[in-house]
Amino acid sequence: MVSQAREAAIVGIHEYPSRDVEGRVSPLQIKAESAAAALADAGLALSDVDAIYDAGDGGGMSGLTIAEYFGLKPSVIDTTNVGGSSYEYHAAHAKRDIAAGKAKVALLTYGSTAHSNVQRIGAGGRAGGIHPADNMESFTGMTLIANYAMVAKRHMHEYGTTSEQLAEISVATRYHAMRNPEAVRAMEDLEFLDIRETTIADVIGSRMIADPLHLLECCMISDGGGAVVIASPEVAKNCAKPPVWILGSGEATRYPENGGDMTVSAAAQSGPQAFGEAGVSPAEMDIAMIYDSFSITVLALLEDLGFCAKGEGGAWVEGGRLRFDQAGGPALNTDGGGLSSNHPGMRGIFLLIEAARQLRGESTAQVPDARLAVAHGNGGMLGTRHCAGTVILARD
Amino acid sequence: MSDTTPTRPLPNPDEPDTAEFWRKTKDKVLGYQHCDDCGTVVFYPRRHCTGCLGSNLTWQASNGEGTLYSYSIIRQAYHPFFRTQVPFAVAWVDLDEGPRLLTNITGVEDPATLEIGQRVRVVWEEHEALNIPLFEPF
Ligand SMILES: [Zn+2]
Repeated sequence: MVSQAREAAIVGIHEYPSRDVEGRVSPLQIKAESAAAALADAGLALSDVDAIYDAGDGGGMSGLTIAEYFGLKPSVIDTTNVGGSSYEYHAAHAKRDIAAGKAKVALLTYGSTAHSNVQRIGAGGRAGGIHPADNMESFTGMTLIANYAMVAKRHMHEYGTTSEQLAEISVATRYHAMRNPEAVRAMEDLEFLDIRETTIADVIGSRMIADPLHLLECCMISDGGGAVVIASPEVAKNCAKPPVWILGSGEATRYPENGGDMTVSAAAQSGPQAFGEAGVSPAEMDIAMIYDSFSITVLALLEDLGFCAKGEGGAWVEGGRLRFDQAGGPALNTDGGGLSSNHPGMRGIFLLIEAARQLRGESTAQVPDARLAVAHGNGGMLGTRHCAGTVILARD
Repeated sequence: MSDTTPTRPLPNPDEPDTAEFWRKTKDKVLGYQHCDDCGTVVFYPRRHCTGCLGSNLTWQASNGEGTLYSYSIIRQAYHPFFRTQVPFAVAWVDLDEGPRLLTNITGVEDPATLEIGQRVRVVWEEHEALNIPLFEPF
């Protein structure tokens, strides 16, 4: 049953189409262009915006920078930066601010040229020595991929999870990407080899990067960005597109603790908050937009969000369950995900954008009559310290 | 090719919260903190207790033995030193006294033979200003 108050809705969305800008545009320009497109999608003007939400990708003091760059004088400024989960926090805060009467139209933007900058996000060592945790860890040469791989290794050890089961996530995501022309172009521009639907054998036959994670279990590093406009019910009813209501949200942190269970993420805390506030259950979700930095990220997050019990994720995802055209559901990352469509470093905004597309009926892998979606961002690193942001979305 | 061999990136010995930990490694002591007020074992080292935010912490010496909690074999790295080390094992080790620390596993011919739950003990990689705690199976 969905019976919650409709306090704020996503009314405008835009995903910047290029994943390789070849250094021709800046992150700020991507943000501004995306803002214009998302406002046009909503049928709103820049002058309607009275609240901005920013994760700092435009530089320091980003609330001020973005206000001046866009030409805004907002009365709500929120610069929460929790990595890739920032935009789930922004959506939750926008709903809160709108419900409190502090704002009517909220603008979220993201821009990154991670690919053009040749950021090796995944396999680089971390520069240490400033934060005490870094000063205890960076001597080991742990890469970002190894950080996640150790979660997968422990999950396999405790629950018998297999590489074949983890590969289901990569296969379903690529299945969706091949239906999304922008994702296909992204893979072409980023020079993926042999761009096609994949099999479980393809995934576990790809090069091992950090045991037990293979190349096809790792996200791409693209350029990109996007924007989301969130509005009050009064504004939403006059917008160009149907509203996508924000029903509930949850936030949480998790970090290494002596004796802690590394297979459990912050989603185990943020998920119940969000579903509880929304008054819906994971089983009711048509769409699951789950941060897919790596295959294991999705498996752990699905379990922690309550789609199945901890440790049962491997068996639960078997048989192509996560494909948009498969009964049982939910449909996972129907845009092609970070694995096969778009990951410029902080993917959280695309989780909101594709969830909104599905609830409007605009996806390239459309689930018929999709009514409910969860967007879950994971910011930071799954195996060590990360933030979780869960947002439950519904159409009328 | 440069004629200088790339070396392991070392901790900053002056970082305020962890300086004492690294100072103790000069004597090959693997230290951790215990809160005398609430009993919490604190790690990574800090000036305050993560159980009560108090400052009544006492340093203890680990016996250097523990179990392998999880690990990964890194086969692709970009850092100049670690590029020379691949494939190598990075691991979380649970010391018998409670602290969980990140380290590398050394002293194994094939890291693929490592097993979660196996016993490991500290071996010190010697450097000038401090020593680095690595672990090996035993
Ligand atoms: Zn204490």
